[in-house]
Amino acid sequence: MLFFEAVRIALNTIRVQKLKSFFTALGVCIGVMFLITVVSIVDGMGRYMETELVGKLIALNSFELRHRPNINIGDVSRETWMEYNRRPRILESDVQPVVDALGEGTLWAMYSQDQMQVSSLYSRPRSAQITAIDGDYFEIKKLDVTSGRRFTPSELTTGASVVVIGPDLVKRLFPTVDPVDRQVKMGGKMYQVIGVGESLGSAFGMSFDNYIYAPFRSPVHRLLNKEPHVIDGVIVQVPVADLLPDAEERVRTVMRARHKLHPWQKDNFTLETSDSALEFWNKIKQYLVLAGVALPAIGLVVGAIVIMNIMLVAVAERTHEIGIRKALGARRRDILLQFMIEASTLSTFGAAMGIALGAAAALLIRSTTPMPTYVAPWSILVGVLIGAGVGIVSGVYPASRASLLDPVAALRQE
Amino acid sequence: MSQHTEEAPMGVTAERQAVVSATGAAPGKDWVIVARGLKREYDMGGEIVRALRGVDLAIARNEYVAIMGPSGSGKSTLMNMIGCLDTPNSGEYWLNGQLVSTMKDDELARVRNKEIGFVFQTFNLLPRATALANVELPLVYAGVSGHERKERATRALERVQLGARMHHKPNELSGGQRQRVAIARALVNDPSILLADEPTGNLDSTTSEEIMKVFAELAEQGQTVIMVTHEPDIAQHARRVVVLRDGLVASDDKRETFTKSVGLV
Repeated sequence: MLFFEAVRIALNTIRVQKLKSFFTALGVCIGVMFLITVVSIVDGMGRYMETELVGKLIALNSFELRHRPNINIGDVSRETWMEYNRRPRILESDVQPVVDALGEGTLWAMYSQDQMQVSSLYSRPRSAQITAIDGDYFEIKKLDVTSGRRFTPSELTTGASVVVIGPDLVKRLFPTVDPVDRQVKMGGKMYQVIGVGESLGSAFGMSFDNYIYAPFRSPVHRLLNKEPHVIDGVIVQVPVADLLPDAEERVRTVMRARHKLHPWQKDNFTLETSDSALEFWNKIKQYLVLAGVALPAIGLVVGAIVIMNIMLVAVAERTHEIGIRKALGARRRDILLQFMIEASTLSTFGAAMGIALGAAAALLIRSTTPMPTYVAPWSILVGVLIGAGVGIVSGVYPASRASLLDPVAALRQE
Repeated sequence: MSQHTEEAPMGVTAERQAVVSATGAAPGKDWVIVARGLKREYDMGGEIVRALRGVDLAIARNEYVAIMGPSGSGKSTLMNMIGCLDTPNSGEYWLNGQLVSTMKDDELARVRNKEIGFVFQTFNLLPRATALANVELPLVYAGVSGHERKERATRALERVQLGARMHHKPNELSGGQRQRVAIARALVNDPSILLADEPTGNLDSTTSEEIMKVFAELAEQGQTVIMVTHEPDIAQHARRVVVLRDGLVASDDKRETFTKSVGLV
């Protein structure tokens, strides 16, 4: 009961002294605002990385057989690079043995990829991401077409000169006309557009919709890999995550045999999973979280000092009031509680402002930049707890001073 | 009164005899205040000030006592003792059967809350709180629930004819009204004693009379009232006047209107 009374007194003080309370709580407000914003960025990017970006680059329950990792984790040493460069490339002839080794229900696709110039009758040449594919690529990537159609099995087998293009390229190459059944030109050869693919979205301002897919055996694959019969990689997708280790092991066995590796030699190829791609993100996340903790911590320390200072002033200003309260029967702990709660209310009030501003900043960042932010409910709770905590810490000293005042001396002071 | 100088032993005058015999009585049902040999010294920057040098005092329930004395006589110190705001260096102080002189701070706070209703010269109301909230304050510290608190505070304010102004803040009230709020606040916990320190010191004479009438009515209703004042006019209203001089009781004058029932000789 006394608790609510003390909260009421504290809220009343805030109400009466709005401006002063605002400035008092500003430090905590800024600290919590930083915390909410940074956490929302880290969290949003984390969610994005895990569900969107990696999901797009590396499909669910899948891994890629490559001669070296596509996504490199942090700094790669010179020795590692040299080792990567000595590795044999993955060959077209590796695909069939790998596929034969896979279990029932497993999907596979091979691909080669590069940036190239593409032109049409309706546009100057544009740069695009060209991927030559075979197997179940569209199924694995869950990529559908918005108009036209995907490749038929016979087009893939015979290597027909057909392409599926991304929405960005529709805008660039065919700004005014329907692209389906029209031609694009790559490396001096004409290809017929048979479909427009779905949007893959973007990450950090980088669009993924600048793509062209062509059957692997079409002439385009010669442009993508200079050496004959070399491919970039093979994607393997299992129906459920549990089957992933087994599938990886089968592919590893096949490849080690094909590369004639002795048991003591390390793999000279890479099986890249979404986990290994996320490792990179997790590394960045550590630094972001560190920054996300360090910056608000500074604000909170400053905020705590300001609140302590203001509370000391309040105790001095209200010595007479404390005297009256003590004369009327307030015990030490009543006075202690009153000032602690006042400090905590002030600081929680600051934290509430900080949460609101931080959430607003997160929304602003989301709407104006490509950074995907997400305000996690737990960060709001943490913000409130931090607010109350800072108040308690900064209120202890002033409150204990107030509680120890001698009632006679306090009453005498005006 | 020359016998009450520093060298003199506990001088025995006719008036004092009554007090000494009274303090000989056990602090019980009839005696709301029993003090024996109260001494209080202050260290004022190396100089020892002996504010009380051994005060004996007994006050019965329902008494209306004025404590008088020139400044420096120790009456404020005595008031702080009686009000449990301070404890003596030596001597015993019994309030309503409880030995207060050895109590710790928090026990003193509880005793102040339960047993004493303060009325100060400067009213000592919380400026930002309404009259009602001010009167509720002792009940807050007594742990009374919100609803009952409001009810009792309202009743106390009505008792001092301020029922209509209970939502006003102190700065919206006149001096007399503020003092009535203070009286209501002092009464709200049904204290054993109403302890007033120069209650009319900041009031004009008309208002002073008004406030004194309130005290007289309360005394009439059986409330023990102890009033510290240096104004003889005000002390006139009491039925007993204790005069302090140099930290000792110089005279203790029972007026003839005083109720005989309490058994003082």
